[in-house]
Amino acid sequence: MIYSDIAIVAFAIAVMADLFLFKNSLLTRPAFWTSYAIILPFQFLTNWWLTSRNIVMYNPDAIVGLRIFSAPAEDLLFGFALVLGTMDMWELWGRRGMQRDPRGSKGNKKP
Amino acid sequence: MLIFTVCGSFWLEIALKVGVLRRIKRVALSVLPISIPFLIWDAYAIAQGHWFFDRDQMLGIVGPFNIPLEEYLFFIVVPMAAIMTIEGVTTVKPHWRKDEFGQ
Repeated sequence: MIYSDIAIVAFAIAVMADLFLFKNSLLTRPAFWTSYAIILPFQFLTNWWLTSRNIVMYNPDAIVGLRIFSAPAEDLLFGFALVLGTMDMWELWGRRGMQRDPRGSKGNKKP
Repeated sequence: MLIFTVCGSFWLEIALKVGVLRRIKRVALSVLPISIPFLIWDAYAIAQGHWFFDRDQMLGIVGPFNIPLEEYLFFIVVPMAAIMTIEGVTTVKPHWRKDEFGQ
């Protein structure tokens, strides 16, 4: 499998898990999309930096070749899966009553 | 680039008191299950030559599975930044939090 295939699989797993595995799907909530809208420009900026300066290079055979701000389009799927997956895990532990309170670990078990 | 990401998001920890770093156990249990599969993917992609790095623009420290130190840090820092972002958003917009615990 090349980068494109794995990126699509990772994206699909993250979306499916969010919709069907986790309760209160993030994909249906404005909190997620607002966060993603904040993250995306920064992702473009850092990816542009890393790819335009050839810090990271891609084998042309491993990508479809479409590039957005110099980074492979696959990076969007990669980033989306990474961000969504992490936020879903964060929310999962929160729902289970782990460290809900921003002040730290004390006294924030489920009431 | 990593420092940029840290600067771009970790200020939320102080300014909005999101308290993500104080909840380090929840952070670890959220980041690791996601970053480990991504690191396996990274190791595979490096081994297959899907992507490669300019050694002159790296710290030069390469960890297990031929993954550079920067990549390990990436998969810790970026997910933490994502958590701080959504916590920042729900701190500013608390009514969006109501779905969070199904209350």
